[in-house]
Amino acid sequence: MARTLKTTFHSLFMIELLKGMRLTGRYLFSKKFTIQYPEQKTPLSPRFRGLHAQRRYPNGEERCIACKLCEAVCPALAITIDVAEREDGSRRTTRYDIDLFKCIFCGFCEEACPVDAIVETRHFEYHFEECGEQIMTKDKLLATGDRLEAQIAADRAADAPYR
Amino acid sequence: MSDDKLNIEIDGTSLKANPGEMLIAVADKAGIRIPRFCYHNKLSVAANCRMCLVEVEKAPKPLPACATPVMDGMKVFTKSPRAIAAQKATMEFLLINHPLDCPICDQGGECELQDVAMGYGGDISRFSEDKRVVPDKNLGPLIATDMTRCIHCTRCVRFGQELAGVREMGATGRGEHTRIGTYIEQAVDSEMSGNIIDLCPVGALTAKPSRFSARAWELVQSPSIAAHDCMGSNISIHTFRGEVTRVGPRDNENINECWLSDRDRFSYEGLRSDSRLKVPMIRINDEWKETDWDTALEIAAKGIKSAGSDLGILVSSSSTLEEMALARQIADGTETRNIDHRLRQIDFRDQDNAPVFPGLGQKITDLENCDAALLIGSNVSKEQPIAAHRLRKASMRGAKLMFVNSRDFACNLNVEEKIIVSPGKMIHALAGIAKSAMDLAGSSIPGNLQHLFANVDSSDSQLAITGHLKAADSATVIIGSQAQLMPYLAEIRSLAGVIAQATGATLGYLTEGTNTAGACLSGVLPNRDAGGTASRSKGRHAMDMMENGMAACLLVGVEPELDMADATTAVSTLKKTDCVVSLTAYLGDAMKEYANVLLPVTPVSETSGTFINIEGTRQSFTGVTKPLGESRPAWKVLRVLGNLLDLEGFDFNSSEEVRDEVLARIGDVEMNNHVGSDHEVRLPVDMAGLTRIGAVAIYHEDSVVRRATALQATHDALEQGARIHSGLADKLGLGDADKVLVSQGGDRVSVPLVIDDGIPEDCVWLPIGTPAGVNLSSLFASLEMEAD
Repeated sequence: MARTLKTTFHSLFMIELLKGMRLTGRYLFSKKFTIQYPEQKTPLSPRFRGLHAQRRYPNGEERCIACKLCEAVCPALAITIDVAEREDGSRRTTRYDIDLFKCIFCGFCEEACPVDAIVETRHFEYHFEECGEQIMTKDKLLATGDRLEAQIAADRAADAPYR
Repeated sequence: MSDDKLNIEIDGTSLKANPGEMLIAVADKAGIRIPRFCYHNKLSVAANCRMCLVEVEKAPKPLPACATPVMDGMKVFTKSPRAIAAQKATMEFLLINHPLDCPICDQGGECELQDVAMGYGGDISRFSEDKRVVPDKNLGPLIATDMTRCIHCTRCVRFGQELAGVREMGATGRGEHTRIGTYIEQAVDSEMSGNIIDLCPVGALTAKPSRFSARAWELVQSPSIAAHDCMGSNISIHTFRGEVTRVGPRDNENINECWLSDRDRFSYEGLRSDSRLKVPMIRINDEWKETDWDTALEIAAKGIKSAGSDLGILVSSSSTLEEMALARQIADGTETRNIDHRLRQIDFRDQDNAPVFPGLGQKITDLENCDAALLIGSNVSKEQPIAAHRLRKASMRGAKLMFVNSRDFACNLNVEEKIIVSPGKMIHALAGIAKSAMDLAGSSIPGNLQHLFANVDSSDSQLAITGHLKAADSATVIIGSQAQLMPYLAEIRSLAGVIAQATGATLGYLTEGTNTAGACLSGVLPNRDAGGTASRSKGRHAMDMMENGMAACLLVGVEPELDMADATTAVSTLKKTDCVVSLTAYLGDAMKEYANVLLPVTPVSETSGTFINIEGTRQSFTGVTKPLGESRPAWKVLRVLGNLLDLEGFDFNSSEEVRDEVLARIGDVEMNNHVGSDHEVRLPVDMAGLTRIGAVAIYHEDSVVRRATALQATHDALEQGARIHSGLADKLGLGDADKVLVSQGGDRVSVPLVIDDGIPEDCVWLPIGTPAGVNLSSLFASLEMEAD
């Protein structure tokens, strides 16, 4: 009986609707935080996980030693690596592909990397026009790394105290 | 028996132990894991890594479990705080100088140091000084080194001394300056050297051919059987993305224990050789054309059909039992009896008296318990390394090993007596041994062998051999694979039988090829049916087919220019043959000259099958990788060929069905090498001039091994050219010649000359199966030589 009275009262005076309108009203008059992307941008954490890059040492030598730990840890099986001995006897990749359609940007690859070679950068604005472009080859990754090295190094330094 | 067992207690568990047993062995049997690096149950105890320290009640200090014999009433604690502290301290010391390069180390993921460090290593190193760096050694084409990683367990050193029998590696220096290496800068030449890769607990010694090719966790391991000698070693084939990446041993105490010969370990490189045939090919008007299976098989079937009973079938003795059985079934269906697998054999006179299959006559494990062994025509350490390992164990125990050979082979066995003579004089030497053996036994010479014993007086070494065989509790006489290629095989067989009978020794064979036993049992012989019963009509043997020709020839896994006794005759006969159908995994240049249809079949890693080894053990295996290109397992090709020839009984759905049927046909066969000898006896004729002697070069033994690049770079494979005694070189005026021109019949080749005083003075050692041998005719024929 009491239950019927209560529902009748609520529906007659549109209590639910008013509750919703109250929330709408609160946001209508509060401070706005919409960003005019792409003119405006939100701040990013140094730990942001965007497009992958491969780093080099300051002398220009690629860092990657083809240990395949990133390939092993990748939960999406997005990484494919081929290894061979380089002329100088060092262990290097002959192929390092990341399929960005498979990648879930979990960051496990950079966690697993013993030499900080594979990293995820702050860069997240990219697109593909043709099928096949989503494969980040070793050349593309190294190019990204060369382009963004200053930022990558700064981010690693900023995060270092917490590791 | 139970009375002399000791009672001990490990971690509160009461255990029984044999007196003299080491603690670690008892713990292993009980499943109690004690960390270790230097201890290995097949090697002697070194106790130099100290990782297995355990606490023993009433002992003042922790004791190494690997070097502490059990005592009655002993109480051992492997996980007490004191034991753990000792193990952790040892681990810290081991890690001081071990580099942190696990990510680029091939051992990473299957490393004993990594595993143990997970349990006993500290998370932070307290060592801040510089780590030790050790220059790498060049150990040849098979083993890659990274000596900085070495933790001085000395397993490789002990393997060399105790098992391989070559003191190639050793430890020099003390403390931090200890180095493991070869005393002189040289490659490791042992035919079992690959085992030190497995023994090395860290990544100091890794496999060079598979260096950096895959990480341990990416490899898929499949059980298989080794296909390059008659032992049937158990192996694991490791594949990465569907390609064979490496091969390792699989424990089988009855055959290979935990060891593997280099040939079985590294021959996998040949599987992906560039010369693999990937599509069927046919020859039309001397033009080779790639085609599809239907066309190729149809042409093959037509060629075979038109030959009628003048078809010859040659099957490689390394084929699987299934392939052999189906080849035999095709022979039966086409009513030809010309089928053989004894491609390199020359003497067929006593083939009707030969044993049902040439077996070892005993278990492989019996070899290590024998007290005396006489090997006739055998370079056992290179030809059957696993058998040689057993014999070596026996000789270390004091067994007498004796050889009658045509070359004084450098080998790792303690040889008590050896007689090195040319093949012709070998009969004389064996007759001398047989005569003294019969004198001792008081038996008389078998009738048909009478005139072999004319003018035979036993020499001292022959008497000594007889004495050792007679005195031994368990003795064996083994006819080696070289003897089976000799022109006096019938006499060797009879005399060896006489010697074995008179001295009470077991008569055995060591054969070439993987599946010679399977070939004999499945009836790939012109004179016998499956199971070894004499067939009603007799066909022609391999040698006869090659000398007298045939209308069509079916080759199953054979490269005649390399696999036949007389390469040049074989090739010229096949060129004259109307239709040559070759089931082959590889495409050779010579093949294009004589074949009409080439059908691509798979090597053993890509097919299922069965091998019967030298002791008669039947071992089946499955294919590990997919057939390359259009190639198909040979048993399937033979089955379809049988169907196209309208033959009955070719409706098999799987190789298991083929196997079951042929095994049923073979039935239970008893291994019996003692057989009668009523063949006519031929006295060796003295050959004027030089005799060519030789064997099958060990790394040219079959199609796959021939194409394994790393093995071809080893010292054993590079040992090519003609070898002669220095006395002969002086006589011919070849003392300082580097190269010689060798001619046999009309064939001539130029080969390097090597002076070797282990060769009889009237002989030239020039093996078959090698590129140089292709252009010559057969072994044991006369030969001429001049400076080039």
